[in-house]
Amino acid sequence: MSYRNDPYDPKQAALLDPAALEAAVDEARKAFDAASDLDELATLKSAHLGDRAPVSLARREIGSLPPAAKSDAGKRVNLARQSVQGAYDSRLAELEIERAARVLVTERVDVTLPWDRRPRGARHPLTTLMEHMGDLFAGMGYDIVEGPELELEWANFDALNIGPDNAVRGSMDTFYVDLPGLVMRTHTSPGQVRTMLTRQPPIYVVSPGRAYRSDELDATHSPVFHQLEGLVVDEGITMAHLRGTLDHFAKAMFGPDARTRWRPHYFPFTEPSAEFDVWFAQHRDGPRWVEWGGCGMVNPRVLVACGIDPDRYSGFAFGMGVERTLMFRNGVSDMRDMVEGDVRFTANFGMEV
Amino acid sequence: MKTSLSWLREFVELPADLTAQQLDDALTNAGMEVESIVDQAATVQGDLVVGRVLTIEELTGFKKPIRFTTVDVGRAEPQEIVCGARNFSEGDLVAVILPGGELPGGFKIGARKTYGRNSHGMICSAAELGLSGDHSGIIVLPPGAAEPGADARPVVGLSEVLVEVEITPDRGYEMSLRGLARELSYAFDAAYTDPATLVTAPGPTDGIPYEVEIEDTVGCDRFSARVVRGIDPDAQSPEWMQKRLIASGIRAISLPVDITNYLMLELGQPMHVFDLDRLSGGLVVRRARPGEKLTTLDGVARVLDAEDMVICDDTGPISLAAVMGGETSEWQPGTVDVLLEAAHWDPVMVGRTARRHKLFSEAAKRWERGVDPQLTLVALERAVQILTEHAGGTADDKVLDIDHVVAPATIALDPALPARSIGLAYDADQVAALLSRVGCTVTGAAPFEVTPPSWRPDLLAPIDLVEEVARLGGYNDIPSLLPPARGGSGVTPQQRRRRSVGRALAENGYVEVLSYPFVAPSAADQLGYPADDPRRSAVRLTNPLSEQEPLLRTSLLPTLLGTLKRNLGRGHRDLALFETGTVFLPRLAETAPPVMGVDRRPSEAEWTAANSIVPAQPWHLAVTLTGDAEPAGWWGPGRAASWADAVEAARIALSAAGVTADRVTVGADELAPWHPGRCAAISVDGVVVGHAGELHPAVVSAYELPKRTCAAELDLDALPLPPVTQAKRISSFPPALIDVALVVDRSTSAAVVEAALADGAGELLESLSLFDLYESDQLGADKKSLAYKLTFRAPDRTLTTEETLAARDAAVAAAAARFGATLRGA
Repeated sequence: MSYRNDPYDPKQAALLDPAALEAAVDEARKAFDAASDLDELATLKSAHLGDRAPVSLARREIGSLPPAAKSDAGKRVNLARQSVQGAYDSRLAELEIERAARVLVTERVDVTLPWDRRPRGARHPLTTLMEHMGDLFAGMGYDIVEGPELELEWANFDALNIGPDNAVRGSMDTFYVDLPGLVMRTHTSPGQVRTMLTRQPPIYVVSPGRAYRSDELDATHSPVFHQLEGLVVDEGITMAHLRGTLDHFAKAMFGPDARTRWRPHYFPFTEPSAEFDVWFAQHRDGPRWVEWGGCGMVNPRVLVACGIDPDRYSGFAFGMGVERTLMFRNGVSDMRDMVEGDVRFTANFGMEV
Repeated sequence: MKTSLSWLREFVELPADLTAQQLDDALTNAGMEVESIVDQAATVQGDLVVGRVLTIEELTGFKKPIRFTTVDVGRAEPQEIVCGARNFSEGDLVAVILPGGELPGGFKIGARKTYGRNSHGMICSAAELGLSGDHSGIIVLPPGAAEPGADARPVVGLSEVLVEVEITPDRGYEMSLRGLARELSYAFDAAYTDPATLVTAPGPTDGIPYEVEIEDTVGCDRFSARVVRGIDPDAQSPEWMQKRLIASGIRAISLPVDITNYLMLELGQPMHVFDLDRLSGGLVVRRARPGEKLTTLDGVARVLDAEDMVICDDTGPISLAAVMGGETSEWQPGTVDVLLEAAHWDPVMVGRTARRHKLFSEAAKRWERGVDPQLTLVALERAVQILTEHAGGTADDKVLDIDHVVAPATIALDPALPARSIGLAYDADQVAALLSRVGCTVTGAAPFEVTPPSWRPDLLAPIDLVEEVARLGGYNDIPSLLPPARGGSGVTPQQRRRRSVGRALAENGYVEVLSYPFVAPSAADQLGYPADDPRRSAVRLTNPLSEQEPLLRTSLLPTLLGTLKRNLGRGHRDLALFETGTVFLPRLAETAPPVMGVDRRPSEAEWTAANSIVPAQPWHLAVTLTGDAEPAGWWGPGRAASWADAVEAARIALSAAGVTADRVTVGADELAPWHPGRCAAISVDGVVVGHAGELHPAVVSAYELPKRTCAAELDLDALPLPPVTQAKRISSFPPALIDVALVVDRSTSAAVVEAALADGAGELLESLSLFDLYESDQLGADKKSLAYKLTFRAPDRTLTTEETLAARDAAVAAAAARFGATLRGA
């Protein structure tokens, strides 16, 4: 069927009337805007944009127009159709956003629900603290050395100028075994002896680890405990270097306010010797001096026994208890908590100390 | 060493307004550990007054007799006080603490109603005032001691400042007033009077007061003696002496004995009093003969050692020299003629004798630390003077003094050494001045020739003098200076590996514990070790803390299981623990190490020989777990820990240690303490490094653990160190995925099937994973089906279906060839 030769009939072209087109656009926009959801909008689409929609029917009428009028009418219809399509699209976008938002609302969960399906473990704070201390010294150029816990008596005592008559060699202080010449090391210093026997200065080492003394376990003593000891042997080493090192260590462990205070003391392996306190500002009972460890200049006799020339080299050594450090630094009031292995004690520390 | 401040002030002019803190600092900076400084007057707070008991009314009807008293305390009205003691009468003077006061130990006194009467204060006993342990009754003051209302502190003796310090083992001279006062004189720059200069002692005479022979002048290098005859045996020690002895913690016994103790405290010279009439024949000072016996003053019959020094008379040993006298010769009540002895003994000998006989007497403590050998005659003269003053008698003019003392050696000291060691610029004059101050004689210039004083046997080497310079110069003046940095090599691979393993296990739910390495001999049976298991061979402590646990562990498990049990006892149910630590594996040969001196480095041969007897002490890792590995929750049920978790723990540890999965094999094994059907041997490069699985039910029962408790133990030191990891080429081509289900005998292990598939599939196989394990009657009772997902990928192309299928077929063919696997459903 062709309208090409049909005479122009204004009645048949009523839909092309600008007012009619405008009304169709208005009606479509109102209908779309009134659609409350995407389904309703979909059902409205054919009425305003489908084949029987006013703008579609109007397009058909263009053929009935005289050629001169066709172009103008075509533009009008296209504009009208674009307006209807635009109204549809914008409403569609609005409703899609609304639907997406609604979906998010319905997908809301209780994010506070626990999900600890894989329990976390923890590292023992003594281990973590020893690593922390070791790393500090590693950063200063020290090596971390170790040695056997069941140790040669010579390395644990004799080489350190602890003579056969020293009381600490008695069975009240030292664990002996059924093998001759061996003891449970009473400090980690034999590890330093082993270092001096195997290399010449410069020696910058720390030896963290377990040591044994025959004390009964109570709130402040344990027969098995941990120490960190340091040893430097080099040319021109003075007690001022020892002080500088301990002050630096104290600040790294306890904050910028920390510093050390020395008290003259006696150790067979060092001379001069001192015990030192650290100023601990964060102590839970208020800032105070806390006893921390012992130190001194390596006794030349020790250097001689380890094959180092005491006229050329001097050295310093220091040591402190790791348990004791943990006690005041982290507020542990009973040493037994570190020994008994109750998971609550360790879990409290997690992976760091 | 314990003494009173007033006694110290006799020898050093301390500031009158000296505070406890100043005293504490001075003693501490001198190198003593201050145990306590107690101002006795401050230990009782509030009104402690003298009172006169006016009336006593006995109250009856109570469990114990009670007195209601009225006491004149110098106020308008008498004080009404209820008292439980009965050792006083009306008219007695007593010490009364009034309401508002506080006794030592924080015991506050108030007015209160007790036994039906009002009590306003308390009548005090010596124990309540902290004066002694005497609880037997209240203090009754001597008549006329003071007026009622007066401060009772000075009257009862609460007026001293008591100082107690611990002396380091190198400084015997500080165990005397003489030494303490000397040390304090440095700190306060105060005038010092050496108590050894208070009297002029007569020297030895040609005639001797008593026959003495020294057989061993090494053990006894000086022996001096005086005799006093005809003393009053009932003479009491003067009160000032008794008070000072008590303040120093020494019991008053009798005048002669008290004098020796007093002078030991004052001068540092231990002495001994013999009853002259109980000695028979001359004295001989010698080593004991092995097996000789002596009953010492404490009533203990002792068998002597050949190293002990003894003083003998014709009857044999009468005194364990330097340590304790014997019962038969000692002063006793009634003694009128005394032989006073002051000697000098070898400190090493005394130390050994004291330890051997467990006799740490006050004298032994001083001898062991070193006593001034030049004090004997002074001490004797002082003793004779005090004794004759208070007990009469006649001192024999003759003085015995057998002197073999070697003068202290001169030490050559480079005057620059202190500055070089300490890092503080002491000049030579300062060094000489400081050393002179501690009693040294300094002559020469470079080097100084330093002669230590007789009381400083500890000064032997230049470094000993450096210490004195640093100490007197003040430790806290030493500057703080970091040494120049040196190249370090950081944490060793072994250390890094232990850290990584620990961290990985903690991140996977395991809690680290550190247990003591002491185990009971019964642990080997509890763990089910066979009779010939090498883990039964353990090092034994000769002086264990607990006789029940004398062995050093050869495995971490017995102590770890103990910790597990402790946690279970505290109410924990779901537990996963780990421990890294050393075990102690004795060598078979039990030879002693070579004797190595300290005057030189041991030779390589000596050092190697010595180390060959040190038991191997490898680092082990152990885990144990029980209860739920994954807890139940709102998400559903939990998952019980099983053998598989223990095996996985081993894999986690190996992975963290840098051992790649392709080097690890897991195979079935049977080893105690594991369940024989649920025990995996873990190998790296074909070498077994540990075991994992479920514990044997008998072990679980022996340790009283929950059923199906699991464990693993690895020898960390047996692991190869991680090599430098080579990068893997990553293909950007797509993978091809194919599933295969193989039916195999039930006894065929998954690891074997997996290896066959991997070998057969060839290089195109990227990964394979077991996604199903199925057993059923349909398959057959002895069959199982294992379903794997195979992922194939080529580095340079997209695989064709034909290539992929061919690789799959090759994989299946390998499994078929090795153990007759068939494709399920085929």
